[in-house]
Amino acid sequence: MKFGILVNEGPYQHQASDSAYMFTKAALEKGHEIFRVFFYHDGVNNGTRLTVPPQDDRNIVNRWTELAKEHNLDLVVCIAAAQRRGILDENEAKRQGKDANNIAEGFRISGLGQLIESGIQSDRLVVFGD
Amino acid sequence: MADEEVVKKFLYLNRKAPYGSIYALESLEVVLIGAAFDQDVSLAFIDDGVYQLKKDQSTDGIGMKNFSSTYRALGDYDVNKIYVDKASMDERGLTIDDLMPLTYEDEDDDYAEKPSISIKSSEEMAALMEEQDVILSF
Repeated sequence: MKFGILVNEGPYQHQASDSAYMFTKAALEKGHEIFRVFFYHDGVNNGTRLTVPPQDDRNIVNRWTELAKEHNLDLVVCIAAAQRRGILDENEAKRQGKDANNIAEGFRISGLGQLIESGIQSDRLVVFGD
Repeated sequence: MADEEVVKKFLYLNRKAPYGSIYALESLEVVLIGAAFDQDVSLAFIDDGVYQLKKDQSTDGIGMKNFSSTYRALGDYDVNKIYVDKASMDERGLTIDDLMPLTYEDEDDDYAEKPSISIKSSEEMAALMEEQDVILSF
């Protein structure tokens, strides 16, 4: 089956991000396809490479990056939600006149159309949120 | 938008109050972008989500943008199936007269102006969810 995933909550604050990761990983291990993981609302904070969690805790951002590398996942951060919350890639930082960017490896910034497309193209769109 | 021939039933399920968190505002942003994809779109409002459609909203005291007028534009985006959960309304002492009178122009009926909102029982809400292809819950 082809799944689209929507992550609506930030890392560490809420379990939604952990659950989304575990679901995505399990689905891939079972041989399913993940069309796209879309990050919205505070979920965009899963895409910053500047998090420094305690050593004895899971690293949520790196976990997504590694899963994306291993399975060639499409991790998309919503641009409108990202701009509000200060998640920028190199292009956006330049365009907005900001002095830094923070997007993590394996993530890309794009528009909400990518979420709708994920709903259209996937057999199931699974929402992880509050 | 390479796959415009695929038409799925999308339901946006709005569960949160309009202010106090950003869910309602960002949900509405998805609806407006999604309208460009020519899908079969419905909106449902349950729990505190029913407050999103409340008439005469004012954000003067809280310093947030009052975006309630955007709901009135939904008809122009061909988003005209708006369902409100009766039980959630009853629990909050609201009737349809407390809601914004959202309307759309029916192009199959000489552009007659018709109401977009219908009040649904919990059973009807469940049936509505059952028939969807995609439910985006905010």
